[in-house]
Amino acid sequence: MYAQMVDTGVRSVKGQAEMTTEERAFQARIDADIRIEPKDWMPEAYRRTLIRQVSQHAHSEIVGMLPEGNWVTRAPSLKRKAILMAKIQDEAGHGLYLYSAAETLGITRDQMVADLHSGKAKYSSIFNYPTLSWADIGAIGWLVDGAAIMNQIPLCRCSFGPYARAMVRICKEESFHQRQGYDIMLSLSRGTAEQKAMAQDALNRWWWPSLMMFGPPDAESVHSAQSAAWKIKILSNDELRQRFVDQTVPQADYLGITMPDPDLQWNPERNHYEFGAIDWSEFMEVLKGNGPCNRDRLATRVKAWDDGAWVRDAAMAHAAKRASRQQVA
Amino acid sequence: MGAGIDTAVDTATDAEMDNERRLFDYLLRLGDSPLVLAQRLGEWVGKGPIIEEDLALTNVGLDLIGQARLWLSFAGEVEARYAGKRRDEDQLAFLRDSGEFRNLLLVEQPNGNYGDTTARQFLFDAWHLLVLRALADSADPRVAEIAVKGAKEVAYHVERSGDWIIRLGDGTDESHAKMQAAIDGLWMYTGEMFRADATELALVDAGVAADVRALEAPWRQTVEALLAEATIAVPASGFMQGGRGRGGKQGVHTEHLGHLLAEMQFLPRAYPGARW
Repeated sequence: MYAQMVDTGVRSVKGQAEMTTEERAFQARIDADIRIEPKDWMPEAYRRTLIRQVSQHAHSEIVGMLPEGNWVTRAPSLKRKAILMAKIQDEAGHGLYLYSAAETLGITRDQMVADLHSGKAKYSSIFNYPTLSWADIGAIGWLVDGAAIMNQIPLCRCSFGPYARAMVRICKEESFHQRQGYDIMLSLSRGTAEQKAMAQDALNRWWWPSLMMFGPPDAESVHSAQSAAWKIKILSNDELRQRFVDQTVPQADYLGITMPDPDLQWNPERNHYEFGAIDWSEFMEVLKGNGPCNRDRLATRVKAWDDGAWVRDAAMAHAAKRASRQQVA
Repeated sequence: MGAGIDTAVDTATDAEMDNERRLFDYLLRLGDSPLVLAQRLGEWVGKGPIIEEDLALTNVGLDLIGQARLWLSFAGEVEARYAGKRRDEDQLAFLRDSGEFRNLLLVEQPNGNYGDTTARQFLFDAWHLLVLRALADSADPRVAEIAVKGAKEVAYHVERSGDWIIRLGDGTDESHAKMQAAIDGLWMYTGEMFRADATELALVDAGVAADVRALEAPWRQTVEALLAEATIAVPASGFMQGGRGRGGKQGVHTEHLGHLLAEMQFLPRAYPGARW
């Protein structure tokens, strides 16, 4: 998802007997669905895991602006351009609230940005894929934002108050994003043969990476048990992925485009779609930095930050001058 | 033109049509500058010096696109009144070549560094606000309506860009030097903002257009006061681009506009007739 494979720093979930008194009280609050707030006591591993998860989510919003920003200047109508700019603006806003939510855990935004730029912190693997045609902007809204909503709606109930509240606001905006993406796909699929081919090509390229967004299969997901116990992960990777497939296949049918999966079929006994094997080696390569755009995305962010250093310095210097003039006056 | 049979009637009709043609041209001038500037601001997406500024630039760009859409849609309606064909906002934005664009030379200048972008924005915003406020009293009610709506947004734009001129001008030595260079470099594109050609003057006489000649003094007052606060020297008013009736408003642009349009117009040009 926007936060994938978040390391909890623990090898196994502690049983009641292994917990300290404070840990037991903390877990009891979580089990009773009482929100944890920044000033409350929390285990160090919970705090660190949340910093990783929330900052990874924030970084995903910010890096995620780039593949879409790639088409702002080439949007095919003024209305589409305005909608795309508004959507990217929302993402910048999401990045800001999420950085603020993470700051309540005792890390600065500058430190999080430094961790992103050094490669220590991650962002969602999906943003390392290129946007090659206008249809990719539709596919991102429909599939990537659709997958994000699938993950984020349960997180509105997560145990950490600031993150849960940020999710509520973000989910409202994401559903608008998903609709605008689907609307682009609808226009293309009802358009000329070339436009329909563009829509199909985008689906072909974005489908499998979208399924990978939910992270590795549950059986290989080593940190999930602790995150589930802490209620910072509500549903498992495979559950979310299945829900996403079940929701999305009929939408593709309505568009009249074909899922790039010959094994995809409805299973009436399970009441779910069965789908083909995901190429996890591709996912692991992208995480390692070998996706088509890893280098470009990070380089763009680093350049923006470095090029902006004199602007930030000037703003600080001016604020300091103003403050000292006020003291004199 | 009639075949010389009833010239009096034809002449009257021609005069009305000339007014409509002028209004069409004038509406393109009003719409193309925000459109081209919004396109430039779109190039900053995801690359601002800080996330808050990324948000703010996009916000300003969105306002400008919204204004461009209103002006261009109205231009299309006016054209239909005399030309018998109606182009919508997208046909006007995406299917005209650079010689048919009527934006100011200032707004098509490349983004440069953040100081260049800020200087371009402020010099334009200060002019834009004066023009829209003047147009609030236009004899054409549609023009007045669009201008009133736009002026509310632009009042914020000029405040924001002006604040950044002050921060960067009166920030560090480096930012001061960059801001001074930015203002110096763009100054020669400000002259055409206050030159009115025959098209504009006819519409000024009709009470429809803003008389930009009268806006130079208040613009200079705003700009000079702000630059003084920013510790930036006002450039000597030397040579100005776009004179002799050969500026952006007449469709004679710098080399930059063609590239901007090539990128902006690519999809509608590559897939003629497609709906998006």
